[in-house]
Amino acid sequence: MLPATTNVTATETVFVGHEKDIMLLVTLIRQHASLVGLTSLDQTKLITATSELTRNMLNYADKGQVIIDQLTRGNQRGVQLTFADNGPGIADIDQAMEDGYSSGLGLGLGLPGAKRLMDEFHIASVVGQGTTVTIAKWTDE
Amino acid sequence: MERIPILKMGQFLLVTIQVDLYDRLALELEENLIRAITRHNPRGVLIDISAVSIIDSFMGRIFSNIARMAQLLDAETVVVGMQPAVAITLVELGLPLKGVRTALNVERGMDLLVNKVDTNENATSND
Repeated sequence: MLPATTNVTATETVFVGHEKDIMLLVTLIRQHASLVGLTSLDQTKLITATSELTRNMLNYADKGQVIIDQLTRGNQRGVQLTFADNGPGIADIDQAMEDGYSSGLGLGLGLPGAKRLMDEFHIASVVGQGTTVTIAKWTDE
Repeated sequence: MERIPILKMGQFLLVTIQVDLYDRLALELEENLIRAITRHNPRGVLIDISAVSIIDSFMGRIFSNIARMAQLLDAETVVVGMQPAVAITLVELGLPLKGVRTALNVERGMDLLVNKVDTNENATSND
């Protein structure tokens, strides 16, 4: 049997430039998560990770965009979020993924904490160009 | 303007957070609460977060700050009513909520504060 392919069934892009945008973004993502059938616990994990990553983005890059994708893969449905900014980038991603490491004012839980809450986590960064973090949460099969 | 109400109830302050906090609201709550503690000299502060559906590391730090500042001003803080999904998420996130005492609901939180105050008073009278 062929491995199930992932399809995007809906997509929405939100620009974030202020801390007050976080609550609106979180409300929107909860709606998408609810529509694909994520449990209330998984919704909470997804929006908490969203809040951490959006705060990171605002702290380091001032602004950025969040792409919300509803996904299907076989019998599963999911939500994928892409946080993209044109900020300073991260020189040492391994270090940034360590618990307690922070180059800013935070607790250093943002990236590793968000990863623990998600089913999928991917980060790419180029110094001087920006950072893109992609996360996803899936329903059970 | 939105504002989290702080109620005085006997020797305690009662804070019921009915909305999800965003940064400015949370920082204002921290400031207003410390001011209220200085004004009313409560023995304890009870914060009900049963309507809060998201606590990230920023919010967690606000709660830790409030508890530590209140402690310095001789008031105990108890956070009550945390939603189960929020508790699970906090643990996976790795957020320690340092110095924050919690109770399942308002009633248990109030019991905890009353006992704490009684114990402190007995200890003082035995000196």
